[in-house]
Amino acid sequence: MNLRKTILATSVAISALATASFAHAEPTAEVLHWWTSGGEAKAVAALKEDFEAHGGKWVDSPVAGGGGDAAMTVLRSRVLSGDAPAAVQLKGPAIQDWAEQGALADLNDVAEKEGWDKVLPPAIQAVMKYEGDYVAVPVNIHRVDWIWANPELLAKVGATAVPTTWDEFNTLADKLKAAGITPVAHGGQPWQDATIFETVVLGVGGPEFFQKALVDLDEDALKSDTMKAVFDQMRKIRGYVDPDFSGRDWNLATAMIMNGDAAMQIMGDWAKGEFLAAGKVPGKDFLCAPTPSEHGYLFNTDSFAMFKVSGDDKIEGQKLLAELIVGEKFQETFNLLKGSIPARLGVPMDKFDECAVKSEADLKAAQDVGGFLPSMAHGMALRGHLSGAIVDVVTAHFNSDMSSDEAVERLVEAIELAKD
Amino acid sequence: MGASSSTVSNLTASIQRHLSKIVVAPSFAASLFFVYGFILWTGYMSFSKSRMLPVWDWAGLRQYERLWQMERWHVAIENLLIFGGLFIVTCLIIGCLLAVLLDQRIRAEGALRTIFLYPMALSFIVTGTVWKWLLNPGLGLESMMHDLGWASFKFDWLVNSDMAIYTVVIAAVWQASGFIMAMFLAALRGVDQDIIRAAYMDGASLPRIYFGIIIPSIRPVFLSAIVVLAHLAVKSFDLVIALTGGGPGYSSDLPATFMYTMAFQRNQLGIGAASAMMMLATVMAIIVPYLYSELRGGKKNG
Repeated sequence: MNLRKTILATSVAISALATASFAHAEPTAEVLHWWTSGGEAKAVAALKEDFEAHGGKWVDSPVAGGGGDAAMTVLRSRVLSGDAPAAVQLKGPAIQDWAEQGALADLNDVAEKEGWDKVLPPAIQAVMKYEGDYVAVPVNIHRVDWIWANPELLAKVGATAVPTTWDEFNTLADKLKAAGITPVAHGGQPWQDATIFETVVLGVGGPEFFQKALVDLDEDALKSDTMKAVFDQMRKIRGYVDPDFSGRDWNLATAMIMNGDAAMQIMGDWAKGEFLAAGKVPGKDFLCAPTPSEHGYLFNTDSFAMFKVSGDDKIEGQKLLAELIVGEKFQETFNLLKGSIPARLGVPMDKFDECAVKSEADLKAAQDVGGFLPSMAHGMALRGHLSGAIVDVVTAHFNSDMSSDEAVERLVEAIELAKD
Repeated sequence: MGASSSTVSNLTASIQRHLSKIVVAPSFAASLFFVYGFILWTGYMSFSKSRMLPVWDWAGLRQYERLWQMERWHVAIENLLIFGGLFIVTCLIIGCLLAVLLDQRIRAEGALRTIFLYPMALSFIVTGTVWKWLLNPGLGLESMMHDLGWASFKFDWLVNSDMAIYTVVIAAVWQASGFIMAMFLAALRGVDQDIIRAAYMDGASLPRIYFGIIIPSIRPVFLSAIVVLAHLAVKSFDLVIALTGGGPGYSSDLPATFMYTMAFQRNQLGIGAASAMMMLATVMAIIVPYLYSELRGGKKNG
């Protein structure tokens, strides 16, 4: 009950704040987000500056906590009380969920004027559109399937590069383990287990299998021997982590790579921010390479969904904001600060670091062969209840001695149950 | 003149008569709405098709069926039984033992009482975080023993799927047993000294006096303690979040953390509401017989 009271109080306070600022007729946009720390906060500040430089009035509504859970609860109560913020940090199928409720605004005129259809990758367009209409704008592309490695530790067992097949990965990890080095730095939290899982699905099964199993939830693919092989590989990786991995935060696992306590970490490119913040140089102090796969690329795109607002100043503010977000200038500044790459194609990459440049090049290659796929672990591929069901099974398997056969069985059951 | 002064005094008198009710009314109305109103609302949600947003479409018992088919809910319920059972029993034993020992008119009793009671002053988040550090194999007890040279020492319950729930028991017992001790101590002090002296005269030994006379005479306190501990167990949330985060995997999930995950992270308001109603039912199953026996007992005495 306490939680409810707090939510009520917060939403009342926020709407009071918002009403107070609607008196002026300049383009106004209220932005609900949970980027409140470090590089993310700086990145939002860049957007705010840009927006204000174009004569807009920015109403900031940061709701920190729970990786966005708190913000989503505020959003629910705001929409239910008929007072939605103009732009909300939302991603993946959650955008479709809200669009289905009829809560999102149509951005087609801005899209046409700015030619979004030409500058955004089709897979990302699909996420941003509901029934053919743009309802959200992407700010970045994070790549999930990365291995971050400590070159010194790899050199100790005679390796100079990050493995390119899972067999090589296992051989290298066995060598490292024999040399007394923890092969894989990992944090035992369900979403981190799922992050490894999906890169293994991509690598062992290939992009087509990934699409069938984790995007279309095709039962034959889920039950297949390939999926069993995926769980076998997960069991192997479980043997490569240190005994204290349980509950560790991802940035602490990254620190293990930096400090030479472990050799490799499988994590999205937000990990790069940790290395750069510690003054490490890519290619020299740490290596970045995609996890083994055939031109696969798992993307995790942050975006702002535009909610229906009333009043000319607010509608105008919303359109201005959408235009700026997809604009080349913002995409460059924001992504330099956030460590991701622009969601817009054709932004010059000369200011970006080596890993980001590689990410952009791989993106293009992956797109040509259909390997550019939405991440399941980070809520891009499936709606929350479906991906949650998968994550439950993956983490239960990883943290116990469940057999691969049983894991596959449970996976099918859990998805069946979540679907209806 | 006389009439108006009598009206005023009538008014004053009636205000005075009803003052207590007037003062209580706002908080009564608030709790009626915010507690019981929301219980009813949650109850309705559990019979609806709600997912991301609350909707009013009737789904019957479907959400409950789905809930009971979920492996994770079974883990949560099993954990509640393990955690609740061990937590209540251990707290009662340790609390009672400490109270009896403190009751021996020892020196520095006040200081010791404060020390034992002190953990209750901490929030569960603090307790959870501290025990997380203590029990982390690479950081706490195990690594300390290794540093001291006891290399074979192993205590990895925190990161072991099968044992993680027991670490929650350890932390919770540490937190709550001092409070139970205080309850028992107050009760022990209330026992009639004449009976005890009489038993001494008859040559009864100290253990026999405790088991035969004192503990049976403070039986109502056991009941109160069990009710307090049981509802702490059912609603415990923050301790698990801080200590294990429900992990490894979801092996130390409790119904409260399950409810939070479903309702606020997975857009499954219906299942979340159904699990919340199951928790309410569990608490009711404990509280209602207790209230019934209390009220009936009151009538008998009155």
